[in-house]
Amino acid sequence: MILYERARRFFSRARFFILAGGGTAMCAWLAGCAPHEKPADITIINGSEPESLDPAIITGQPEFRIVIGLFEGLTRLDPKSARPIPGLAENWEVSADGLIYTFHLRTNLVWSTGEPITADDVVYSWVRALNPATASDYAGQLFYLRNAEEFNSGKLKDPAGVGVHALDQFTVRAELNHPTAFFLDLCAFPTLYVVPRQAIEKYGDRWLMARPLPSSGPYELADWRLNDKVRLKKNPRYWDAAKTQSEIIDLLPIGSPATALNLYQSGQADIVWDKNVIPVELLDVLLKRPDFHAFNFLATYFIRCNVTHKPFDDPRVRRALALAIDKERIVKKITKAGEQTAAHLVPDGTANYLSPDGLDYNPELARRLLAEAGYPDGKGFPRFSFIFDAMKIHENIAVELQQMWHETLGIDMELRQLEWKVYLGAMDRLDYDLARSSWIGDYNDPQTFLGMFLSGDGNNRTGWKDPAYDGLIKAANNEPDLQKRAQLFRQAESRLIQDESPVIPLFYYVGINYFDTNRIEGVFENILDDHPLQCIRKIKP
Amino acid sequence: MYFVKRIALAIPLLLVISALAFVLVHLAPGGPFDRERAPASPEIERNLNAKYHLDEPIWKQYGRYLGDLAHGDFGVSLKYRNHTVNDIIAQGLPVSLTLGGLAFCFAMGIGLTTGFFTAARRGGWEDYVGSFLSVLAVCVPGFVLAPLLILIFAVKLKWLPVALWGSPWHMILPVLALGLYFGGKVARLTREGMLQAMQAEFITAARAKGLGENGLLWRHAFRIAVLPVASYSGPMLADLLTGSFIIENIFQIPGIGVFLVNSSLNRDYTVVVGLSLLYAVLLVGLNLAVDFAYRWLDPRVKYE
Amino acid sequence: MSEPALNHFSPNRRAWRRFRQNRPAVISAYFLAGLLLAIIAWPLLLKAAGGGFAQIHNPNQLSDGQFLPPGAQHWFGTDVHGRDVFSRVLSGAQISLLVGVVGTLVSLLIGVVWGAVAGYVGGRTDGFLMRVVDVLYSLPSIIFVIVLITTLGELMKHLPLVEQSPALGRQIRVLLLFAGLGSVSWLTMARIVRGQVLSLRTRAFVEASRTLGAGTPMILVRHIIPNIFGVVITYLALTMPAIILYESFLSFLGLGVEPPMASWGTLISEGVAQINPIRVYWWLIIFPGGILVSTLLALNFLGDGLRDAWDVKGR
Repeated sequence: MILYERARRFFSRARFFILAGGGTAMCAWLAGCAPHEKPADITIINGSEPESLDPAIITGQPEFRIVIGLFEGLTRLDPKSARPIPGLAENWEVSADGLIYTFHLRTNLVWSTGEPITADDVVYSWVRALNPATASDYAGQLFYLRNAEEFNSGKLKDPAGVGVHALDQFTVRAELNHPTAFFLDLCAFPTLYVVPRQAIEKYGDRWLMARPLPSSGPYELADWRLNDKVRLKKNPRYWDAAKTQSEIIDLLPIGSPATALNLYQSGQADIVWDKNVIPVELLDVLLKRPDFHAFNFLATYFIRCNVTHKPFDDPRVRRALALAIDKERIVKKITKAGEQTAAHLVPDGTANYLSPDGLDYNPELARRLLAEAGYPDGKGFPRFSFIFDAMKIHENIAVELQQMWHETLGIDMELRQLEWKVYLGAMDRLDYDLARSSWIGDYNDPQTFLGMFLSGDGNNRTGWKDPAYDGLIKAANNEPDLQKRAQLFRQAESRLIQDESPVIPLFYYVGINYFDTNRIEGVFENILDDHPLQCIRKIKP
Repeated sequence: MYFVKRIALAIPLLLVISALAFVLVHLAPGGPFDRERAPASPEIERNLNAKYHLDEPIWKQYGRYLGDLAHGDFGVSLKYRNHTVNDIIAQGLPVSLTLGGLAFCFAMGIGLTTGFFTAARRGGWEDYVGSFLSVLAVCVPGFVLAPLLILIFAVKLKWLPVALWGSPWHMILPVLALGLYFGGKVARLTREGMLQAMQAEFITAARAKGLGENGLLWRHAFRIAVLPVASYSGPMLADLLTGSFIIENIFQIPGIGVFLVNSSLNRDYTVVVGLSLLYAVLLVGLNLAVDFAYRWLDPRVKYE
Repeated sequence: MSEPALNHFSPNRRAWRRFRQNRPAVISAYFLAGLLLAIIAWPLLLKAAGGGFAQIHNPNQLSDGQFLPPGAQHWFGTDVHGRDVFSRVLSGAQISLLVGVVGTLVSLLIGVVWGAVAGYVGGRTDGFLMRVVDVLYSLPSIIFVIVLITTLGELMKHLPLVEQSPALGRQIRVLLLFAGLGSVSWLTMARIVRGQVLSLRTRAFVEASRTLGAGTPMILVRHIIPNIFGVVITYLALTMPAIILYESFLSFLGLGVEPPMASWGTLISEGVAQINPIRVYWWLIIFPGGILVSTLLALNFLGDGLRDAWDVKGR
């Protein structure tokens, strides 16, 4: 017991606090000093870490929003209207049948490293995106070119057969399979951006690690650290550099809405603009603030029905489900960002188009349809499940749907929350009953939404096959007259959402971004949720 | 001799781990290129699989992987296709090492002192408070603690940055949030170790030999008391140094902890296997270090 | 045969007496018993009361009263769907404790058998079994769990039994969670048990039993396993908190139980989403978080009490 005494004395209270305090101070000191970088002019919270910055490889919005600053296509999108305007091409001609486009490049184009940008670079970039060895997910954006799909699938070996050619140093000629109303929109799509052959041939798949990296857009890649930041600095050799507003832009990959909001509130970020980092729980309060901006854009939240098995092979059942959903409650109680309920799949405001009327909330008709299908008051209706990926908002919507269908139709649904890859696999293999889905338009045209549900399209994922629908879409795509084309699309969509209902639209996403309009300008609300970086600037006090 | 043998044994262990991780992650449903947007033609998917050799039988893929590994090449990430696994480790590991190292120092500092202190005052109110706090630290999950710390110290009081990495100020909250749990554990282990050491027979023997009490305390009791802590610190350090998903996610720290979890969710095969190997190497290395420490602390321990 | 029996039963009785003198441990035991009672009694009470009371407190009943603060009607307030948080915390307790108990039992079963066999049989078998433990130990457990839960989940879905009854499928999902968590946490158990068994098997009463002609399984069951009871029970109380925490981490990742079922983990991650500078729905984090932490504290104190009572290290 003497030892206890000794220990007690040795560990006096004073010594304890000195030790503990000293240890903590040591830690702080050990942390040392990190090298300080020049602060950025604009810091933007951009959603998840970009998977790649190679325009031919990227597939997601966070990547697009960075790459839009690094490279440019023959056209680019107007920051306000999101319609195509001249980019690297100064002007172009379209043949009367809509099949041949001739682009004239600007004559003062150079890479950020000084070499000239020529028509050959354009052809190289497009052919590279189609090359099987590049393994581009979005190669399909170029399949409108003659022989492009054949080259991509390896049936055609010689790239010279693809419908894009350099007529001289400044002229590019593109030959299409059929008149494509949105081809100029596609020219502003990242897969069709012009990329530096000199760097790609030298460094292969790791060309984006090259410094300096030749860029064709308003910014150069200064730094890219995984899960840390992408830093862009102004490219003084860009043809329109005089209009580039900010010198240095940092784009931070942030995964959590709470962190994004905290960083913004504490002044460490100027702009937050990805829908995945918007704190949904707080939108009812936040949207009342002047620095929160909600706007419509081309994206729809909908339900896919697997039509390959009972009872969902019966259109009456699918329509009954659609009619029994109180979409108003979902947008008011759950999503809360001022979303419009969706009666049809293609969002309002899509160019070259006017949607048909869809199915509205009508519990009476829903019950009647279900009874006609042989399940009066839901009697005898098999139990079924609804799959969704693990995100709170999807779960909340699913819980509401479960309740609505139970109360209105008397049918019982299981919720199955799946991990992301499992969820995708289940949809691909048609291994589900109903599935939560959403789609963001790639370009401003009904085709990006309606093309999905062609028989056997990779994005169909419902097993729905309708020759009449296929015929209408095909006819629309061969129709040079925009009015008639819109009519054909309208008939097709009417089949899709009114008569057959393999998909049930719920609401249109709203784009949300937040920044203080007194301090930042140049972020415009447009229908593609695209924000060219060179327009953004801080207002000097 | 013993340590040479241990290191030699580690090599087959690492091989088995790489094979196991490789097979496991390939077993999981779904692949790295399953996306929400299906490509426009099945050929596009075929091109992707061909490019990354996913169309080959798995044993062949593994053979290819081992071949590359022999040259120190962990392969290309299938999710972040511009980066190799070496890039990811090179960028993330230093950050995780810093964060984990600091959290380790913090946990050891606070844990050892609290443990000794509470043991020395066994039964007193300091013991009750100290022990309660150390149990509490073990019971509060990181994903509750971290947001609370941010809310109090960063948002309300505005003393510290809310997130990100860079300056020493950025490190304080994550180190706290990460280290407290381990600190609590170390405190509990130390207290028990100390209590036992002070009762042990050999202390009585040493006292009979006429050693002074201070000498006893230092030369014998402390050494024995920290033995459980020493054996716990190997796996603890391995856990800390490979990063914490929760802490890195909440504070937006560019370490490798986030990759360890996300790569499994993304089916980013090469990254999963690479990081598993890294973890195993760290664990084996640190356990060796613990053995060294053991031998130094407790001369009774003999290795065959 | 009677001597060894005396040998290991009397310390157990002594241990119980010591345990009852440990105040924090006893209070913890009462707390846990009370919690268990509440979990079991609450649904029965709801059923008995029926009518509006049951409707309001049904953990899965949606209502228009979103985010109501705690009050006379909803003691713990309501969540985003207007569901009663009190009832959800109790039904979450059901899942979390079940995951904890079953996961711990799975880890116990594998760990004890593995460790006992390795320690008792020894030689090559021991070497092999412990190498397996080493390998699994060096593999980051999260990878193992993710793969196990997703893969088995997919396989199970196509069992005819599950296809006929989706409700069963949901239960199977929870079972998988148990299995996944149990299968990553038995390693330490195996190591501890092996150590104990190694020291036990040379003891006199085991030797005696062997000379009397008892076979290996017999000795394992009659002597070895009862004698490691103390270590095991202590370890149980310490593993359970770890497994409950792990489940809440998995729920945080979206790999936990399926909605509308809740566990403490899913409730807390719902609550954590509400910690922000604008507005705090404090009841969504304080109540589930508070109960989780108290339960973990109780389990820890209980574990400490048991360990002290059996004097695990000292023996």
